[in-house]
Amino acid sequence: MEIDGPLGLLAELTYRCPLACAYCSNPVELEAYREELTTAEWQRVITEAAELGALQCHLSGGEPLLRRDLADLVRTAADQGLYTNLVTSALGFTPARAAELHDAGLDHVQVSLQADEPALSDRIAGSPSFARKIDAARRVRELGWPLTLNVVLHRQNIDRVPEILAAAEELEADRIELANTQYYGWAAVNRAALLPSREQLAEAEVVVREAKERLRGRMEIIYVIPDYYATYPKPCMGGWGARQLVVVPTGDALPCLAAHGLPLPAANVREHPLSWIWQDSPMFSAYRGTDWMQDPCRSCARREIDLGGCRCQAFALTGDATRTDPVCHLAPEHGIVEAAVAEANEESRPVELPLVARPHA
Amino acid sequence: MTSSISTTGVPRLGRGVKLRYDRSRERHVLLMPETVVVLNATGTAILQLCDGERTVADIVEALREQYGDVPEGQVHAYLAKLAERRHLEITDGD
Ligand SMILES: C[S@@+](CC[C@H](N)C(=O)[O-])C[C@H]1O[C@@H](n2cnc3c(N)ncnc32)[C@H](O)[C@@H]1O
Ligand code: SF4
Ligand code: SF4
Repeated sequence: MEIDGPLGLLAELTYRCPLACAYCSNPVELEAYREELTTAEWQRVITEAAELGALQCHLSGGEPLLRRDLADLVRTAADQGLYTNLVTSALGFTPARAAELHDAGLDHVQVSLQADEPALSDRIAGSPSFARKIDAARRVRELGWPLTLNVVLHRQNIDRVPEILAAAEELEADRIELANTQYYGWAAVNRAALLPSREQLAEAEVVVREAKERLRGRMEIIYVIPDYYATYPKPCMGGWGARQLVVVPTGDALPCLAAHGLPLPAANVREHPLSWIWQDSPMFSAYRGTDWMQDPCRSCARREIDLGGCRCQAFALTGDATRTDPVCHLAPEHGIVEAAVAEANEESRPVELPLVARPHA
Repeated sequence: MTSSISTTGVPRLGRGVKLRYDRSRERHVLLMPETVVVLNATGTAILQLCDGERTVADIVEALREQYGDVPEGQVHAYLAKLAERRHLEITDGD
């Protein structure tokens, strides 16, 4: 079988970060990722990804700006014709750094915001950072880049979607991604404090729908629905080993950024060429297509539509990555999701609940 | 939605959008941060004319020179669709 190449490389350059967001999707065992790939190793990974057919290179983390060689990596990706996208908290996006990245050919910048105002934003981020983020977002526009704002939504900020959208308009953002939290990594640890109520979601969705209409053609609004409240799961990553290739700081290649810890042999770029990893490694072939499925997915009419949902979520919640994603209302383990949702909707449950900050490294 | 597009508007690629030939897919592609649009021959021909200098009318004219009869309405609708998705910016030419 001929396997199409990946569309994009998500390079998680480091898991070190000056912030400590409680919703962070980074893995819980952060200490295990200190032996980061060198500049030359990343350059080889980027080049091999382009040769495999990748068109985009997302530079993320952790905080990618903590890598002093970031501009060199951007230059390598740009030389390979890749569309380069920096995904950043914006801490460390100084005028000098911004200019250096601009010269290196960086195409796009996504700045994450935790909320629309300093007190809440800094509380969620676990560190004073709001003012610097706003400065950085302005700098992105001044240098002529398109500006995308990334806001992860959850119980403690979703009531502020109107104000968040107003802040984005004020910053003249081209795009805003309002992504409901996916419960991976630290977000899974903090799930009970992050899962919104049905009422909160319904209100936010009304605001988003109205704003999409009003801002059409001016600011694009991407709203990622919360899968705990959906009837069917999302086709995670557009299919296992189908479109995206993630490389973590220590060189393990993964089909999804939440695939840490799945019981499959590691596929590390220090040991194998990327083409073998993509086409032949057990890590990437295990859940390609639909052959791996059990019932109810195996005999379900939607199996080619949602591909049984997220393998990592199935593994995290049931201990078996080949089960139906428990988010699906047909899943045998759907009760796990229902119980979390029931708790989030308890009548007297406060909006503000204590958060566990992720460590900086 | 009706495409209210002015023939004197001047289209160019949106901020942060790139048009490139992709060797492995043997097609032109439009690149954006979260999206890849694989173009067909018509789309490629139209987008290559969106250079920030030609007006919408110039583009239809140029397509006619290349391909003979080109339905103006379809070109307008295509440009309007891309503009709404911000893959194109159309500045006022008058
Ligand atoms: C892990 S961060 C790394 C880059 C940078 N530190 C930042 O926060 O933008 C990458 C992107 O994922 C988003 N993100 C983080 N945790 C998430 C979660 N649990 N669910 C959905 N999106 C998440 C962030 O807002 C950011 O846009
Ligand atoms: S802690 Fe926040 S800023 Fe840092 S990597 Fe995680 S999401 Fe990004
Ligand atoms: S049973 Fe499986 S294939 Fe069917 S809708 Fe649920 S997750 Fe999708």
